[in-house]
Amino acid sequence: MRKALYLLAATLLFAAAPAFAQDTITIGFTASQTGKLNNDSTSQMRGIEMWKDDVNARGGIKAGGKSYKVKLVSYDDESANNRVQQLYTRLITQDNAQFLISPYSSGLTATAAIVSEQYGKVMITTGAALQKTYKLGNKHLFQVYTGTGGYLVGTLQALLEKNKHPRVAFVFEDDPFSKAVANSVRNEAKKRGVDVVVDEAYASSTTDFSPIINKVIAGKATALLGGGHYADGATLARQLHEQKANLKWVTLLVAPDSPHFAQQLGDAADGISTPSQWEPQAAFKPDFGPTPAAFAKEFTAKFKIAPGYHAAGGYAAGIILQHAIETANSIDPNKVTAALNKMDVTTFFGHTKFATDAKDHGLQIGHQMVLAQWQKKGGKLVKEIVWPDAAKTANIIY
Amino acid sequence: MFGILASVIDGILVGAVYGLAAMGLTLIWGVMNVINLAHGAIIVIGMFLLYVIVYSLGLHPYVAVPAMIVFGFVFGIVLYWIAVHRVIGQPELMSLLSTFAVNMVLIGLGTAWWSTSPYNVPVSMPSVSWQSYTFTGTHIAAAIMAVVIAGLLYLLLYHTRIGKAVRAVANNREAAELTGIPTTQVLAMAFGLGVALAGVSGTLIATLFPFTVLSGEAYQLKSFVVTVLGGLGNPAGALLGGVALGLIEGMATPFMPVNWIPVIEFGLFILCLIAFPRGIFSFTKA
Repeated sequence: MRKALYLLAATLLFAAAPAFAQDTITIGFTASQTGKLNNDSTSQMRGIEMWKDDVNARGGIKAGGKSYKVKLVSYDDESANNRVQQLYTRLITQDNAQFLISPYSSGLTATAAIVSEQYGKVMITTGAALQKTYKLGNKHLFQVYTGTGGYLVGTLQALLEKNKHPRVAFVFEDDPFSKAVANSVRNEAKKRGVDVVVDEAYASSTTDFSPIINKVIAGKATALLGGGHYADGATLARQLHEQKANLKWVTLLVAPDSPHFAQQLGDAADGISTPSQWEPQAAFKPDFGPTPAAFAKEFTAKFKIAPGYHAAGGYAAGIILQHAIETANSIDPNKVTAALNKMDVTTFFGHTKFATDAKDHGLQIGHQMVLAQWQKKGGKLVKEIVWPDAAKTANIIY
Repeated sequence: MFGILASVIDGILVGAVYGLAAMGLTLIWGVMNVINLAHGAIIVIGMFLLYVIVYSLGLHPYVAVPAMIVFGFVFGIVLYWIAVHRVIGQPELMSLLSTFAVNMVLIGLGTAWWSTSPYNVPVSMPSVSWQSYTFTGTHIAAAIMAVVIAGLLYLLLYHTRIGKAVRAVANNREAAELTGIPTTQVLAMAFGLGVALAGVSGTLIATLFPFTVLSGEAYQLKSFVVTVLGGLGNPAGALLGGVALGLIEGMATPFMPVNWIPVIEFGLFILCLIAFPRGIFSFTKA
């Protein structure tokens, strides 16, 4: 009799299991665990994973009277476009991902967006600033980052406040993101009559920058704005230091934001600035979710390294999707899309609002960037916010 | 003016290292008519040996240079017996396929072990400043070592009995065999030498620039250009070809956007193939 009862209990348990299993939301993405985008992409992935752990620890995402546990499915895209195309198709058709988060970088995201739109999946993009992707009539794509237009225009303003007549060198990676950033700052420089003495693009795989650095020296440049992603940016910064390029101002895209930058480059990182989507010292008062300080503390405790803006962007993508599902009170993609369209909130990552007109739907129009600089304080390199004045934590070293 | 000169000097320094890499390729071709498509992967082995010597064994970076020569030589001989020996004397496509297979295996193993992420070994050396230009110590050291290693190869090939045997086999294998030269062992040794040269050039490149498991491809392409400039099968020409390539790069950069340089390089490659199919520095008649 007792045996039969056990059997009955076991059968009931198994029968009940699918009911629990249904209350999960599958969110798919790829990360560049290998390849040239590995450094920043890994940070972004850690941000997404930390968000998942946090939301599951609090009982999951609440919608329609249910609590959904978050299940992440992710693959290594090897920093390669063809892998992204295959893997996002796989995430949608085989892994049945209900929502998507973008891979890291504008280039990979542009590829992923084609697949996600084809299948009508909501995709929150992070680490993908290129504005062009959001001007192609996409309906389910939402950008967390400030677009490429916002990267260096502020930096140029900050530079001109320090020196009215700088001799500027533009040295940018030859990829869609950096080219778009370069175009907007080039136009701004032209408008303001800035003296541009070098304007060079380099291939993403470049490891020897000495020909370009020689040109920068020959052109007697006093300021350099450029870079692209981590691997090339870190190499450029190191070689500028080794070849004593004698610049008063160096702003590079993306690379200097990572804490690895200062760890790996040491003195070569001193004085280098970067336009940043987010810094832990930011004073935002979030409508929901952690404060910037709480996020930074938890991230540092978990991964033994301070978060840069890529990590924060990963977490922000998660929390924005979560908020949209909870506001829509449904996991229906159309309702979630409508909630994202209406969203106008402040999180630990800053202000978030998406453009809703057809011509640039999903483009980020709320978020703003700051300029951060590595400065040596008591023998240690510290990243300080140096511009704009409203957000600064230290004066810029020029 | 100083800018152009600085750019030319930089070009020559790096060109010497490219020349060393190309010597490995051209030596193997000259002796056994095998185009070694594993050349790039072997350059990468040299790069990662530096990484292992510095980070796993904690030794001085330049210890990796003699270590790679010895390791490369032994590895090359092993590789010869596994992948090359059986295709010697067969149609050239066979050796292309065979060495390409070795290339794929090495890259596959490297990717599994180190992934395709970038690695960097910072080597600090005092640099030399001139006007407002600075030439890093690592570039100067790498160029000097490349020239010294090339000199040693020259001595080995032209002033020792072993070298004579290698040249004899390259000239006419059957005749060499008839005079009692153990040609198979000589071929294995020549392959070992070629691999050692490619590997050590990889080690020197890694003291200058960051690298990944896939970096070999770019340097293999450069080696082909250099070899064609210097003449296939002509080690001394290869070194000159490398320096010439560096010189051309250095002279061209001040006058055009840097991303146009590969166009110049490969344009030259095609021109050379048409006008000097045996190489500019080859003194043998076509």
